Amino acid sequence: YLSSGTVAKSSSVPRICVVGSGPAGFYTAQQLIKGHPELEVDIYEKLPVPFGLVRYGVAPDHPEVKNVINTFTKTAQNPRCSFIGNVCIGKDIHVKNLLQVYTAVVLAYGADKEKLLGIKGENLKGVYSAREFVAWYNGHPDHVDLPVNLDGQTALVFGQGNVAIDVARMLLKSPDMLKETDITPAALNVLEKSQVKNVTLLGRRGPMEAAFTIAEFREMTKLPSVHTDLLESDFSEIAKIVDSIRPPRKRLMSLMCKIAGMPNSDGSCREFRLRFCRSPVEILPSENDQEHVGGVKVMLNKLIKHPSGKVTSEPTGVTEDIPCDLVFRSIGYGGQTIDEDIPFDLDRGVVKHERGRVHSMPGLYCSGWVKTGPVGVLVSTMNDSFDTGQTILQDLNDGILQPSEKHTGKEALLKQLGDKSTQIVDFDGWLKIDKAEISRSSDSYPSPRIKIVNVDQMLKIALT
Amino acid sequence: TVVLQNWKKKETVTIHFVLQDGTKESVQANIGDNLLDVVLDNDVDIDGFGACEGTLACSTCHLIFKKEDYDQLPEEPTDEELDMLDLAYGLTDTSRLGCQVIVTKDMDGLEVSVPSGVADARS
Ligand SMILES: Cc1cc2nc3c(=O)[nH]c(=O)nc-3n(C[C@H](O)[C@H](O)[C@H](O)COP(=O)(O)OP(=O)(O)OC[C@H]3O[C@@H](n4cnc5c(N)ncnc54)[C@H](O)[C@@H]3O)c2cc1C
Ligand code: FES
Repeated sequence: YLSSGTVAKSSSVPRICVVGSGPAGFYTAQQLIKGHPELEVDIYEKLPVPFGLVRYGVAPDHPEVKNVINTFTKTAQNPRCSFIGNVCIGKDIHVKNLLQVYTAVVLAYGADKEKLLGIKGENLKGVYSAREFVAWYNGHPDHVDLPVNLDGQTALVFGQGNVAIDVARMLLKSPDMLKETDITPAALNVLEKSQVKNVTLLGRRGPMEAAFTIAEFREMTKLPSVHTDLLESDFSEIAKIVDSIRPPRKRLMSLMCKIAGMPNSDGSCREFRLRFCRSPVEILPSENDQEHVGGVKVMLNKLIKHPSGKVTSEPTGVTEDIPCDLVFRSIGYGGQTIDEDIPFDLDRGVVKHERGRVHSMPGLYCSGWVKTGPVGVLVSTMNDSFDTGQTILQDLNDGILQPSEKHTGKEALLKQLGDKSTQIVDFDGWLKIDKAEISRSSDSYPSPRIKIVNVDQMLKIALT
Repeated sequence: TVVLQNWKKKETVTIHFVLQDGTKESVQANIGDNLLDVVLDNDVDIDGFGACEGTLACSTCHLIFKKEDYDQLPEEPTDEELDMLDLAYGLTDTSRLGCQVIVTKDMDGLEVSVPSGVADARS
């Protein structure tokens, strides 16, 4: 095939814009480039650096998960793909303008809105958002200044998903085991001084409804000096039917049943607990300091099994006060709209779409968490993004999408950015930042990279 | 011992991959390599295969074996492999993660299927 330079001005070249450079953006781009010999993709990212939650969500002690960056880098280095960092869609450029100069636009900007519990006491000191805490230890420029104080011994996490487990593991794992990771030095320092000894994950529903994966749970059970504490009574009913549970729950349930009720026989100094059927009612101030959290009031729930198989929780009217020094809210990420032109389902926090085609907006598509909601691991985001890629290829094939000479892509668009146009970071710019981060590690600080956590500093490195 | 033999001389066997669209691709696989290496070395075209590069941290290298072949595999899956398989799309009783299955000389002519993750969602 012709190189991109030669075909660049041909009117038959579909030019696709992807908004967001997380897994959804890269996997959609990969599928599109592979499925069409000439098509070109421009990936816009609001930060100067790519990879979304792979860089700023996935925990520092799971570097294997981040290997996927190598695949994304290959896609970005394809001559038919451009990375355009430090451009915020909805603010610097509107979706409407994108639709004028691209054959199709794919929204892949994830779901990074804060979800609140909406209860009294939520703004007491010592109450943290798991989303912010994660972004803090991973060095996200918007969250590195989060004032984190881990003087308390007992932490309570509302939520039982993957993120809740990540938070628990980061709090309970010996900081020595985090030294050779890409955690920020500042966060490592705070964790080294941490007094946290107990972390309890509270779920609204029962063990069967816990959203974390077995891999994540098994890892907790294997952490040195950490005892996993499950109540036997929470598992007595499940133990009777465990053989008839279907995958993927079956193996998780049998592992939990095996562990339930086991005493802390090896004298582990820290404890990881799961407790079920409890919903947050109020976050209570401490007796000594009315501005600081001292406990939580929770409602005890009973589980209702519906004919559809769905299990919901219903309050019993009985409440319980649980003392604690820290609270982490880990009830999920929320999707938000970035531009008023996008048809958005505010209740569900997702773009309104049909198989990736955004409602009433020809040429507009979506993939990843902004399409599915903030659920699932990378493999689900991958499959979903391939699916959206296929849909676009099909629409090109069926003539629903018509490439035209008006589709000039980034060139004309970026000129309209004014001063901002001199601040755009391309993939080579990211590679400079990447190199600078890697070179900051040393024999005395042997981490794979020390992240640059300040946008101005990133720009300075990328643009010189 | 198989691995040791491989050190001396690169012996290969033929392995057939049945792809998502039903087509079959037959390749030469080095004894001692794992099936992820085999896919990569031979450019077998499977979207998204091996995202974590064989570190048991994804499930994108999922392959489905025939029952009789599955039962003959020299090593049983570890708990960690089964944990990741739990997240795989289209999991079957004879599923394995390609990066955990080492090619042996007994595997000549083996046929494995690639599960149809995307295709399923679209039909
Ligand atoms: C804390 C945490 C840990 C996780 N750990 C794992 C794990 O260990 N293993 C696993 O398999 N999965 C894990 N996941 C899941 C995985 O991260 C998601 O499946 C995946 O990142 C979703 O991809 P996405 O591209 O839809 O969203 P994101 O990764 O959020 O990417 C969205 C991108 O869009 C950009 N963006 C946002 N707004 C704009 C705008 N207006 N203009 C331009 N760009 C914009 C963002 O900066 C970001 O780069 C984890 C998730 C979280 C939250
Ligand atoms: S390549 Fe990720 S588990 Fe095999």
